[in-house]
Amino acid sequence: MKQPSHPHTEPEAGSQGRRNFLKRLLAGGAAAAAAVAPEVACARDTLQRPPEALGLLYDATLCVGCQACVAACKQANANPAEFTAVDKLWDTPLDTSGHTFNLIKMYRNGTMENKDAEQNGFAFMKTSCMHCADPSCVSACPVSAMTKNPVNGIVGYDPDICIGCRYCVAACPFGIPKYQYDSPTGQIGKCELCRHRHKDGHYSACAEVCPTGATLFGRSEDLLAEAKRRLALKPGEWTTMPRGRLPAKDETPEQAAQWKGPLNQDYQAQAGAYLQHVYGEKEYGGTQVLKLSAVNFQKVGMPDLPPKSSAATSETIQHTLYGGLIMPVAVLAGLTWVARRNVVAEAGEEQDKQGEA
Amino acid sequence: MAKQDLITLESDDRIGAAADRLSMDRREFLQFCAAMATTLGLPQGADAAVAEAVANKERPSVIWLHFQECTGCTESMLRAEHPTLEKLILDVISLDYHETLFAAAGHQVEEARLAAMKRHKGKYLLVVEGAIPTRDGGVYCKIGGKTAIELLKECAADAAAVIAMGSCASWGGMPSTIPSIPGATESPTGSSGVAQVLGKPVVTIPGCPPNPYNFLSTVVHFLTFGKLPAVDEKGRPKFAYSRLIHENCERRAHFDAGRFAMEFGDDGHRKGYCLYKLGCKGPETYANCSVIMFGDAGAGTWPVACGHPCIGCTEEGVGFAKPIHAMAKMKNIEPSVFLPRIVEEKGIGATLGSAAVLAAVAGAAAGAGAMVAKNLGLSHQAAELERAKQEGKQADETTGA
Amino acid sequence: MSAHHPAVPVGGKLLNTATAVCGVLIMAMLAVLLVRFIFGLGAVTNLNDGYPWGIWVIFDVIIGSAFACGGFSVAMLVYIFNRGEYHPLVRPALLASLFGYTLAGVGVIFDLGRWWNFWHIFWPGYANPNSVMFEVAVCISAYITVMWIEFSPVFLEKWGLTVQKKRLEKVLFFFIALGTLLPMMHQSSLGTMLVVMGPQVNPLWQTPVVPLLYLLSAITVGYGIVLFESCVASAAYRREIEMHLLQPMAKIMLGVLGLFLAVRLGDLVVRGALGHAFAASLEAFFFWLELFCFVLPYLLIGSAAARRNPARLFLAGIALMCGAMLMRVNGFLIGYDTGLGVDHGWHYFPSIAEMLVTIGMFSVEVLAYIIITRRFPVLPREEAAAAH
Repeated sequence: MKQPSHPHTEPEAGSQGRRNFLKRLLAGGAAAAAAVAPEVACARDTLQRPPEALGLLYDATLCVGCQACVAACKQANANPAEFTAVDKLWDTPLDTSGHTFNLIKMYRNGTMENKDAEQNGFAFMKTSCMHCADPSCVSACPVSAMTKNPVNGIVGYDPDICIGCRYCVAACPFGIPKYQYDSPTGQIGKCELCRHRHKDGHYSACAEVCPTGATLFGRSEDLLAEAKRRLALKPGEWTTMPRGRLPAKDETPEQAAQWKGPLNQDYQAQAGAYLQHVYGEKEYGGTQVLKLSAVNFQKVGMPDLPPKSSAATSETIQHTLYGGLIMPVAVLAGLTWVARRNVVAEAGEEQDKQGEA
Repeated sequence: MAKQDLITLESDDRIGAAADRLSMDRREFLQFCAAMATTLGLPQGADAAVAEAVANKERPSVIWLHFQECTGCTESMLRAEHPTLEKLILDVISLDYHETLFAAAGHQVEEARLAAMKRHKGKYLLVVEGAIPTRDGGVYCKIGGKTAIELLKECAADAAAVIAMGSCASWGGMPSTIPSIPGATESPTGSSGVAQVLGKPVVTIPGCPPNPYNFLSTVVHFLTFGKLPAVDEKGRPKFAYSRLIHENCERRAHFDAGRFAMEFGDDGHRKGYCLYKLGCKGPETYANCSVIMFGDAGAGTWPVACGHPCIGCTEEGVGFAKPIHAMAKMKNIEPSVFLPRIVEEKGIGATLGSAAVLAAVAGAAAGAGAMVAKNLGLSHQAAELERAKQEGKQADETTGA
Repeated sequence: MSAHHPAVPVGGKLLNTATAVCGVLIMAMLAVLLVRFIFGLGAVTNLNDGYPWGIWVIFDVIIGSAFACGGFSVAMLVYIFNRGEYHPLVRPALLASLFGYTLAGVGVIFDLGRWWNFWHIFWPGYANPNSVMFEVAVCISAYITVMWIEFSPVFLEKWGLTVQKKRLEKVLFFFIALGTLLPMMHQSSLGTMLVVMGPQVNPLWQTPVVPLLYLLSAITVGYGIVLFESCVASAAYRREIEMHLLQPMAKIMLGVLGLFLAVRLGDLVVRGALGHAFAASLEAFFFWLELFCFVLPYLLIGSAAARRNPARLFLAGIALMCGAMLMRVNGFLIGYDTGLGVDHGWHYFPSIAEMLVTIGMFSVEVLAYIIITRRFPVLPREEAAAAH
């Protein structure tokens, strides 16, 4: 069957028509490619921790696996117990969930004889929200239910705004936000650094209750300095370890009065055989929950992340393509012009036909 | 082991004689033997063995030395109920030398000691209470003109067994505390334990004071079986010292749930919460105080139950070495089996049902698709045949024409 | 033939085996949805903390909308690239797209855990313009509206509202332009949604050019869907297949497909990610399966002679659909690991109830297609149509 020629353009001979079509296709394709090819113009840098960021320092070598922090977190957030054993006697979550915001997991290897030994040893690792400097969940959330406080940097969640799309669950590289599938009105659950208790003078429950000071609350800046201090010690060296809350060096009595609980719970302990790395110092721009460990971090469940956050990559693409709606409007203008030309010409040709008939 | 069980023994004459001798009725005597066996953690039938041993054997001779001590260990033993002290020293053992309990003093007592040692040579039990000073030749403790070191060596030479009673004799105890003076490396008098002075291992019953039944059970074990109970590498009987206080502590649930007393008298303290944050040394102290407590007065008769943290008095390097309110190091952390692993298998994978449904749907789709393709193929074939025919006809026409 | 083909309803009985089966499947879906809304997602799905998105998001929304790109691809061809000869394909493609996208939009509500707040995504105080999902939601919603407008001439024609139809047609060009821009935006952004997940997505599918890949695959599968749906509709309604349109369109499809493959493989090589395809893993296996599906059309209809065979066109369409489907399943499910290689031990496979909903959604689309093509002027008049 012969190819019908299109009425309102110059009838093009076969190969010329094909060539022009291909030209247009390539032009369109190039436009599309330019439209969706990534970054360059509007790169969005990875965000860093705010200066007054609050957070935690978790020292795995001090942790004794008593799980007081797990119990305290459940109580502070009115979370129910989770049963995974046959006889439902103990709260035994296998992982953080919509109802468990903090968990101690145990690394096991071989005979499990020695604490904090990577071979034939065991070690503990706290699992809870890292309160990232550039949170993937905040970038992903389409309705701003996940927000990062600009002053203290706490990543908070508002269930009244949330639509339950679970993009935050998929986006978080630590797998922290979790949804309550067991309820028709389920919401996301994760550690919010006990921000709902700050007005009553209580800081994070896990830090308040930790008997060994493995979990320490304070300003991230101070906690980072403390972490580095410990890394500089020799393994086994006796040192003063704080417990509960780490006050800033220049903290005024008014600032200290903001928090309840004994100010000084320091005690003498021996420094652990730390890996020379403060986890959370630079990963994805940094996190407000820092970790020290004697066992390789990936083996205890902490992923290896680059300094550039994926939120930065994702938002760079979006801003480049759609920033200020400049490109969409420009493309729309071009498309409108072309479509109008084609459709109007068609209508004209119809009229001609009717005129002829 | 026993030739008969306890119930049949009740009618045994020897038991009757022993019970009379100890001014108990038979039932009471057999209960005492059963209690001894239980404290020792002996298997079934041992209670009868104990009864027979006590009934039969000649009372063993015991020489009890006092050195750098507060006499607390003796006092502790005096509070024992089963057996009571008089039954113990008059009927169970033959206490042939004891400075606290003897009415006599001076040369008479020394003579009595030497005579007993000669009479029971190789068969007597030597019990030592108190640390032995070693500095300056040990002059800081002398009894009867002899230093503690000399006395100890003399008495230990012919003893069947040596038992160090209390922490002082076991490893130096309170006198061995190194003072907080710059450059100090040992205690003022160089107080040491028995084993260190004798240069050979001995049975130690550490504690300050130890529970008397730890000692008494050891003695009765010796009496019954002719040898001392199993001991650990520090000479401590395993039946009493193989577990940490922390492992059997009545407040352990509070520790595990994170409920701590932060200050004496605070809300948590009043509720009986764990005392770890107040410096309790339970997690690094091997002893059985949390199990059998003290004084036979029921529950609440040991330091933690009274609201004071354990000070680790049995443990060398902990008791009288670490400050009372300094944090204990967790020894022997055996993590709960309930702690999840770093990776746990979770979530529902393919079940037979869901896999079957997926396979069925995929199969149906594939089948339908194949059918449509076949029909299309057939109609295409037909169309192609038509076309070929047409072209053939046309070709014929053109060639024909 | 003129640019405007008279379209007529196919006619015939509405109740037959196909529609009855669809009806039953839809009933099953509604039952599952009732349980879902009363008891929660956990009661019917196998969604869990490691796999927050299952087949409802991946199939019903992401793949469903990709399959609904027929309208976009054909409209672009006709109205932007000015190939008016493909005009007869527009209405049926648009119909499939209309329902595909509408169902994708409705299907989202089933999956939202706090669905009563769904309007927040459009509300200025709440909406987060940095979120890729925000842009996808807004563009898809706008596009659904645009498509209903684009398709309304069909309803206006059926109901004899010629005046309104003429008025609409005067401004239709703007909606057509929008209807070309919007899919470009959201189909590419459906791919960009992977980016924030970072290293949780296997490097075989995680790339900065993912928006381009998703856009190109959407365009080409749009043509593939048209091939598939034309063949099925013709077979079902016992009509002639418009081979004279499908053949050249298939060539265009191959052209876009070639561009897609070039970008796909080039990107893998440039990033040095190709090594992952040779690992002994499930992901590698599915990568090759996906690639095979994308290459298969060349083997099936690479030559002009082969393109004359409607069976081959049909199979090529299916191959592309499978390829596009696998690409999305691989990126979001198979290649997704919440543990970032640390392996948090999660498993997911859809439950039967979950599958019933997906199948039910597909049935709604099929049923709607049948009803509307039979009762509304969508398919072009067939001279020798045998009424079914």
